[in-house]
Amino acid sequence: MAIRVLHPGLSTTVQDLGRPGYFHLGIPIGGAMDRLSLRAANLLVGNDEGAACLEAVFIGPQLAFDIDALIAVTGADMPIKIDGDQQPSWTALEVKAGQVLSFGYLQAGARICIAVAGGIDVPVALGSRSTYAIGSLGGFKGRPLAAGDDLPLGTTTRGKAGRSVPVALRRRLANPAELRVLPGLYWHRLVKESHRYFFDDQWKVAPEADRMGYRFRGGRPLEFVEREQPFGAGSDPSNIVDSCYPYGSIQVPGGKEPIILHRDAVSGGGYFMVGTVVSADMDLIGQLQPNTPTRFVQVGMDQALAARRDRRRFMQDIRDSLG
Amino acid sequence: MQNRYSFGGDEHLFVECDEAMSLEAFFKSLSMTNAVRNSRIKGVTEICPANASFQIKFDPDVIAPADMLREVKAIESAADKTEPVIRTRIIEIPVFYRDPWTHETLMRFRERHQDPTGSDLEYAARVNGLDGVDAFVAAHSGSPWFVSMVGFVAGLPFMYQMVDRARQLEVPKYLRPRTDTPKHTIGHGGCFSCIYSVRGAGGYQMFGITPMPIFDPEQKTSYLRDFMVFFRPGDIVKFKPIGRDDYDAALEAVAAGRFEPAIRDVTFDLRAFQQDMNSYNAKLQEALHGH
Repeated sequence: MAIRVLHPGLSTTVQDLGRPGYFHLGIPIGGAMDRLSLRAANLLVGNDEGAACLEAVFIGPQLAFDIDALIAVTGADMPIKIDGDQQPSWTALEVKAGQVLSFGYLQAGARICIAVAGGIDVPVALGSRSTYAIGSLGGFKGRPLAAGDDLPLGTTTRGKAGRSVPVALRRRLANPAELRVLPGLYWHRLVKESHRYFFDDQWKVAPEADRMGYRFRGGRPLEFVEREQPFGAGSDPSNIVDSCYPYGSIQVPGGKEPIILHRDAVSGGGYFMVGTVVSADMDLIGQLQPNTPTRFVQVGMDQALAARRDRRRFMQDIRDSLG
Repeated sequence: MQNRYSFGGDEHLFVECDEAMSLEAFFKSLSMTNAVRNSRIKGVTEICPANASFQIKFDPDVIAPADMLREVKAIESAADKTEPVIRTRIIEIPVFYRDPWTHETLMRFRERHQDPTGSDLEYAARVNGLDGVDAFVAAHSGSPWFVSMVGFVAGLPFMYQMVDRARQLEVPKYLRPRTDTPKHTIGHGGCFSCIYSVRGAGGYQMFGITPMPIFDPEQKTSYLRDFMVFFRPGDIVKFKPIGRDDYDAALEAVAAGRFEPAIRDVTFDLRAFQQDMNSYNAKLQEALHGH
């Protein structure tokens, strides 16, 4: 035993950078919703960037350590306490054997990432330690943590306490949040006015928002170009012959509530998609709370690739700052 | 059949082989995804075939999206010439139609259904112009199904009925998807049947349940020790109606590690199948029973 879960929070799972290679069988890539926070947390404690961490959403866990450890918490703003004393976020922190790590109320963002030097050493399943809860695969026994679980740790000697990611490099969410979207996929199924509404309207994150997908409400319903439905698609104009769903793609069942598919996405299905959130903005989605006002911003491929380069540079700045 | 190409953000190329479902569209998708795999284009990270479309996930830091598009388009004409013949397998799947577990679930979600007064099977029989549930079960289990996609959740097969279009069973999905579906439910939406591999959300009509595991992350099931997912695109499935006693016996056999599904290797030739579906299907089923 190394870390005992006293209280699991709302849903705390083991996550790393995911499990590519099995999406054609319906097993999603999974991994941290906010990969930038995961990488930063690992760098702070001296782990490889992709080591397995704990991801907690909305409510942090309570963890008892029975060994000295080095930890870091990144991502959402949530007060960090060691034996009740508040600690800085985005900083490598020492925890002594016998101490308890706990959290206060969430203040901004949605998900924290807790890295421990050595990484959470659960067994590797299909190349990853990420939890795919629906498939009972990977992570800690294929499920979110529960009180009484004992988490194994790997070994490391590289980290040192006190290092911190500069405040300027801790990403802030805009208000309203902005998600850049490349139109495509079944975009042609919508009438021209709906193309405009989709990007003009302000949306809000709906309560149904999890690792599989984020649902949005508040914009005008989308209308479809009339057609006779193709064989096998189903009768609703938002239905298509079941096809693959890209990560970040936005399906709109019935034309009403857009759903962005995220790390634990279903791999395919029978709803049309308007386009896809660019790869650079996927991490942001994982930090959106329900009711967050959100705008979809139309971009072309060149802008999507530029955003990807910017994000890579930003990550490199974090690496450089921790030298 | 003209391919339609679109990008899914900066990491996915999406290719729709046809708007409508057909085995021709499936075979085009299959031959193109095979060709993409064989061509080993650098930067490709995932190749996902679907019923009448497919997607390729790629790393735009390794290959520019425009180059990816050009490479895949170049493959299209070669794939068009591929013979639609595959080596595959036929599998018999026992199904307990009208089981108490899917019935309990469909009653729980009745307010999301087109016909709140009946069952999913009664509704499916009626919208397909069939004379009651028995006739529907006979139509569902009377001919084989072609696995045209694996996905949605881990290892779930989408299956396309191997009969002429006029006889294909079609049902709408639930008006609003359920939040619960028993594991191993036999579902149907649009023209596709499926087997739910895990418990969870679902929008397909529910007809019955199979005792046969098709996804086992612990790989304890005898026939899933090599890999945790049972189905592959191109598999052929024949449903066999069973009653409660057979269902319970099969579950026991699964738990004891004794359950062995009936599986035979077969060749499937799309053109021969299309020339005479009934006798082709009869031949496939003979293979299954070792005649």
